[in-house]
Amino acid sequence: MIATSAGRKTLRIQTPEGVVFNLQIAEIFSRFLAWSVDGAAISVASSLIGTIVNLLAVLSPDVAGAFFAVSYFVISVGYGIFTEWHWRGQSLGKRLLRLRVIDASGLKLQFSQIVIRNLLRPVDLLPIAYLLGGLVSFSSRRGQRLGDLAANTVVISMPQSFSIQSQHLKESKYNSFRNYPHLEARLRQRVQPVEAAVALDAILRRDEIEPGARLELFQQLATHFRSLVTFEEKVDEAITNEQFVRNAVASIYRQKNDRASKSLP
Amino acid sequence: MILDLQQFIVTERPRWDELEDLLHRIEQDPGLRLTLEQTRRLHYLYDRAASDLLRLSTFASSPEVLGYLETLVGRAYGEIHETRDPHRRFLFLQWFTRELPQTFRRHLRAFALSIGLTLLGTAFGAVILHLDPDAKETLLPFEHLMGKPSERVAEEEQNQGRHLEGMKASFAGQLMTHNIQVGMLTLAMGMTYGLGTIVLLFYNGVILGAVSYDYIQDGQTRFLLGWLLPHGSIEIPSVIIAGQAGFILAGALIGSRQRLSLRDRLAAVRNDLVTLIGGFCLLLVWAGIVEAFFSQYHEPVLPYGVKIAFGLVELVALFSFLGFCGRKSEPKETLP
Repeated sequence: MIATSAGRKTLRIQTPEGVVFNLQIAEIFSRFLAWSVDGAAISVASSLIGTIVNLLAVLSPDVAGAFFAVSYFVISVGYGIFTEWHWRGQSLGKRLLRLRVIDASGLKLQFSQIVIRNLLRPVDLLPIAYLLGGLVSFSSRRGQRLGDLAANTVVISMPQSFSIQSQHLKESKYNSFRNYPHLEARLRQRVQPVEAAVALDAILRRDEIEPGARLELFQQLATHFRSLVTFEEKVDEAITNEQFVRNAVASIYRQKNDRASKSLP
Repeated sequence: MILDLQQFIVTERPRWDELEDLLHRIEQDPGLRLTLEQTRRLHYLYDRAASDLLRLSTFASSPEVLGYLETLVGRAYGEIHETRDPHRRFLFLQWFTRELPQTFRRHLRAFALSIGLTLLGTAFGAVILHLDPDAKETLLPFEHLMGKPSERVAEEEQNQGRHLEGMKASFAGQLMTHNIQVGMLTLAMGMTYGLGTIVLLFYNGVILGAVSYDYIQDGQTRFLLGWLLPHGSIEIPSVIIAGQAGFILAGALIGSRQRLSLRDRLAAVRNDLVTLIGGFCLLLVWAGIVEAFFSQYHEPVLPYGVKIAFGLVELVALFSFLGFCGRKSEPKETLP
């Protein structure tokens, strides 16, 4: 199944257990860059062969010529097959750009699939420089060129390893709202889940927001929370709007988390 | 469900890392066989990661964690749900003596179409040259074939193969790679619903027909057979086999009289295509060697009778091999 989110194509796979996961389909530009890197790698390998050929030519120019013709051909045709088989769907270029060839059903990539997608390249290259393959890939819902279509493969983008800035989520050492459990309870009661999610999102992504817009956003959020629950002036005035929202979110999620942790085995 | 993302990651990350390590080991060593305990653990970690993914999927604030988990679950899913045998060893002799001829026989109609188009092109080339001898320059874009055949024969016989002295190996290399590229293109053109394959096979036939007619009408039939048969008896069938593969691909794309989806049709022929590719590549390597080291010698060095006999023996051997090899182990039910 194919879905498109935020202008990017994704491959949606549903497992027999009912778990659905989306894999980001690689963009044409990334694939072009990966292809360029692979082209450069083949050129480097060919230059190395050229050096060997020069040495061999001293012994026999004829054998050297045959060696060059065959090995250049084997490298240019076999490079993609070998690297994608050895690195499970990745060539050097794909590794650098975090792309990977996968079976379109999410299953393991088979050798025959790798061979077919690589050997059908000549038709994708027509009339020049992947024009046909690029057009087919651009119009394909799965971003497949003709070789991918025949091999039932898809090139996906691998996400970067994530790192959570945990300090954004940590509750302050001292949350003044804790002194008012009845107000915290009211807050939890009146705040809608979607409002809590928006506030949490704002905290998580605070560094991505322009300072001016951030002040405005937290002011609006704090005003909204204040309209739901009124804390004592000494509590309210002693903290910034952002801190108010942080405290509110911490109070809301602390209880959710308490419940969740109790239910964990 | 709303949850404490930080706490959630702290709790679950060790298991994700463990799953990632296990998958990495499996991916690095395709021959690795997990113990029962390891398999159970892999399954448990996959279930757990899948369940984490479900919990996180409603949590819009963590796209990077979600993306990571989706990829992790995707990798594990591929390993766990794959039912095709990943540990099947490739045995060259078995492949060559059984799979290749059996695959060839399974798709005889595609081969017949391929050979028919080549013959049609051959007839067309001969007829065109008969009707318009001036069309030779257009039909045969090879400089060494431009002159009068009898003059070339005299020159070749006088040369006694010396013109290729010291360059036979590189000539063989160029012939092999060029012919394999032609074969691959003929196959790949199957993706144009076979139209490109038709054009290439027909064009190949036109050249063959024009050359043959040119030599025959000049009374050089023995030379022609002695020159072409030793390598042509392998090279020409190889390109026809490449065309056969192209038509198999086209047939899967068109999918007439089949109730399977396009994906299933293509999957059904994929292994056959790879087998045929391997087959014609191997044959073209042999043809390249023969053409460079044998075909270029003519009388008086090599009697034409010997060359023609050699070519005929190769042709008979090739079709006996393709027609009869591996029959004993052939499955009774064949693919449609």
